[in-house]
Amino acid sequence: MAGKRRTVGRSDSRTEKRLPSDSQTVRLSDHRVIGRAHRKIDATAKVTGATKFADDLAFPRMLYCKLLRSTQPHARITSIDTTAAQRLDGVQAVLTGRDLPIPFGILPVSQDEHALCLDKVRFIGDPVAAVAATSEETATAALDLIKVIYEPLKSFDSAEEAIAHPEPRIHDYGDSGNLHKLINLEFGDVEVGIGEADLVREDLFFFEGNTHLPMEQHAAVAMWSPPPDGKLTLWTSTQTPHYVHRALAKVLELPAARVRVIATPNGGGFGGKSDPFNHEIAVARLAMITGRPVKITLTREEVFYCHRGRHPTLMWVRTGVKRDGAITGMHFRSLLDGGAYGSYGVASTYYTGALQTVTYNVPRYHFQGARAFTNKAPCGPKRGHGTPQPRFALEVHLDKIAEQLAIDPAELRLKTLVPPNSLTANYLRVGSMGLGTCIAKVVDGSDWKRKFRKLPQGRGVGLACSSYISGAGLPIYWNNMPHSGVQLKCDRGGGVTVFCGSTEIGQGSDSILAYIVAEVLGIDPFDIAVVTADTDLTPVDLGSYSSRVTLMSGNAALQAAERARQILAIHTAKKLQVPVERLTFAEGRVFDAEDQKHGISFAEAVQLAEAAQGTIGTVGSYTPPPSAAKYRGAGVGPSPAYSYSACVAEVEVDPETGIVRVPTIWIAHDVGRSINSASVIGQVEGSIYMGLGEALMEEMAYRGDLKVVHKIPSLLEYKSPTTLEMCDVITYLVEDPDPNGPFGAKEVGQGPLLPVMPAVANAVYDAVGVRVDEVPITPEKVLKALRGKAKGEEGRVGPKSFPDISWPEPTRVPTPWEGGDGKAVERVHA
Amino acid sequence: MSVSNESKVTIALSVNGEPAEVAFMPHKTLLEVLREDMGLTGTKHGCELGECGTCTVLLDGTPVLSCLVLGLACAGHAVRTVEGMAQGGNLHPLQETFADLGAAQCGYCTPAFLLAAEALLEANPHPTRAEIKDALAGNLCRCTGYIKIYEAVELAAARMRGEKAEPTRESLYGR
Repeated sequence: MAGKRRTVGRSDSRTEKRLPSDSQTVRLSDHRVIGRAHRKIDATAKVTGATKFADDLAFPRMLYCKLLRSTQPHARITSIDTTAAQRLDGVQAVLTGRDLPIPFGILPVSQDEHALCLDKVRFIGDPVAAVAATSEETATAALDLIKVIYEPLKSFDSAEEAIAHPEPRIHDYGDSGNLHKLINLEFGDVEVGIGEADLVREDLFFFEGNTHLPMEQHAAVAMWSPPPDGKLTLWTSTQTPHYVHRALAKVLELPAARVRVIATPNGGGFGGKSDPFNHEIAVARLAMITGRPVKITLTREEVFYCHRGRHPTLMWVRTGVKRDGAITGMHFRSLLDGGAYGSYGVASTYYTGALQTVTYNVPRYHFQGARAFTNKAPCGPKRGHGTPQPRFALEVHLDKIAEQLAIDPAELRLKTLVPPNSLTANYLRVGSMGLGTCIAKVVDGSDWKRKFRKLPQGRGVGLACSSYISGAGLPIYWNNMPHSGVQLKCDRGGGVTVFCGSTEIGQGSDSILAYIVAEVLGIDPFDIAVVTADTDLTPVDLGSYSSRVTLMSGNAALQAAERARQILAIHTAKKLQVPVERLTFAEGRVFDAEDQKHGISFAEAVQLAEAAQGTIGTVGSYTPPPSAAKYRGAGVGPSPAYSYSACVAEVEVDPETGIVRVPTIWIAHDVGRSINSASVIGQVEGSIYMGLGEALMEEMAYRGDLKVVHKIPSLLEYKSPTTLEMCDVITYLVEDPDPNGPFGAKEVGQGPLLPVMPAVANAVYDAVGVRVDEVPITPEKVLKALRGKAKGEEGRVGPKSFPDISWPEPTRVPTPWEGGDGKAVERVHA
Repeated sequence: MSVSNESKVTIALSVNGEPAEVAFMPHKTLLEVLREDMGLTGTKHGCELGECGTCTVLLDGTPVLSCLVLGLACAGHAVRTVEGMAQGGNLHPLQETFADLGAAQCGYCTPAFLLAAEALLEANPHPTRAEIKDALAGNLCRCTGYIKIYEAVELAAARMRGEKAEPTRESLYGR
């Protein structure tokens, strides 16, 4: 029977933990839904092909849009002639930059994009014109008829190049020359800390850029209803319909009330669909001009130009430690190659310095970060947003420190763990902290102690840990409204509908809403309809990014469900003549906990309430707790809760070819509390997979001449793991509930990716004794290091220097243990 | 001036076990004919260059990349898409196990994996893990890390052989 199959496998026999929620109404003795393995509520649609992705939508009289993209990496547009294109049969409209002159961008501080380039292009792939035609073929043919004359400018293909050449500027804003952003934050006096150390170690690392590669190419369909409606509707594969809504209203100069954005289920996002995009705005304007539906589906090559992926990042780290491994101070520098636009880049830059402090105790911390503009596809947020690069650096750096101190790397980490319920040097508030348990699980499971430094030549193990935010504590644009909202409607037939702006990108966020409401109201998740990601129908949720959705929309859903439960309980208690506190909601019934037969169905409870007080609907919302950090730049890093992961990778390195094979990865993840255990495992395995790709093969590589052409804008040449490269994954779920999470839940979608790259790098060292201080760890780098070592060199491949940068004066923030209050000290002017 | 003065061609073929006639522009691929001319949007695309496997369908029982097959070449042949897998209101065993184990996350590559797996089990009802990996090596998935897909294929294979099989506790709850 179908109903039986919804909870999958054997039921969970783990012991019940006390609810961390401060709720007065939820007093369940046992969770019937939370923590078990479920089918996702959209699973049937997904396995039957019924799910409608953006490109699956088609409307009568629909036009097709294509974008003409720049063939120059950096150039002024001298002229654009669209006359011939407009004359082509079937072409309905052609747009250039002048038709959409208002800039936009995801961050208020970098509104530096135009739907179509206005007077200059900044990378090969920057769109300069848009065509709407009756067929895709006609639109493509029209592109060939558009004549663009460019005046080439000097272009830059690396952050170092951009630093060396402040002119010509890629943008006319930014902290200096071609440096978009410069950050200098100091928490306590790091030099004093380093002076107290028994060992001071400096290392340099490089993390090459890589991209999300969602299997679904971005697509969008726009429809215009002419005045007096004057209303635009856009279906689009976006992770952030709310931000697309804001960008469309701004650029198209429409009242937000006349713009409706519907995020279609995303065929994978991983951060790559989190920006408002030029193609979304172009089809919207084309629909307004032509009065017809207009669709665009990007080619795979164009998806590489959209990018917004991992920033190539050069890092320098200097750490002082005591003999026992205790850190006395850490100084970290990062230099990010941002590509052609701002995107989330300012936040990404802060993130490369934010989370070093939440895993191991760092009493004094100094972070300097810089982001350069270059003439490459724009970088932005990819799974782990700005934190995988520094995590790679930090975890390999610690591996080297452990070796120098002759301490087992697992022991070193266990000795320096940040305690739960504490404040870090940079004022991040750590709540539940299960990293110690995570380390113990993977050390035990992988047989670490019998393998580390003991496996035969060519085989090795490496360990690394990480942490990630469960949602950003502050919104992208300043406001004091909730980050997530839910409306809940109870139908007299017993069905419940949940409305929430959150966006399903495959991570299971729609299902999370259903499980939480089902748990509180004691009904089957499949009796709940979920309506999400539609700016006309659903209250705002900020979007599927920063691993925020389970915690934030989950808390909003929990509040709405508890309020509905309260209403139903009052009327049911009257009818049953039992005190409200004695009522239990379970198995589709509301009954007396002390006399289970004495009760009514959930539908009857709704009917009683509806008869007594009218339509039953509630709302819930969630705002993160205020941050302890008050200094400028403190917007990045604070989160309601931090997840923790520990990872052991085992590798086999072929000394003849340099090929690294990873047979097994052991991963333990502190998720706080599983909502749907099957989804949690799926997120962990998917994170390991993506981390493995980043560790071994994935890279956004460019031809390093002045053309700055992407080497490999195709799925064939952009190497990603297939079934033949993917490792076995042994997953341990650690549940250390966090009081800020719904039922204690923390994030799982991004954190488990982070330790994979450093664990593999450390394992390669254990296997063959060479350090590849760069990601990806490709065979040629391993061979180069091995050959170097054979010649008596250091046996290392990696960056050799960090460029000189004119850093601004540091923002000095006294640490909590120095009596600081989270604010910067005023600068004393001489 | 116009791009093309081709006119449509009509072919007869079998789609999901039913005879069908469809008219389309002769340059169209099977992928485009299915999605645009027959409304069968369950078949997806990830590159339209034969690189990702996302558009896999079965042509006379054999997995093919529908983006590399001309629609015209399918005249008189049998095409099977994901829409044909569930029968009589019941999901195919592979669809059941993909749903149970979370082998479909975003679901975009799922139709292709289901069909490639169905062809494998048709030829080999008792595949080893290595044989499953081999059979699915041409299909990319960015969400799952493939592991739940292997487990779903193994579980469905066991059930299709008539065994009473359930997911392991480790695959749903970890260790």
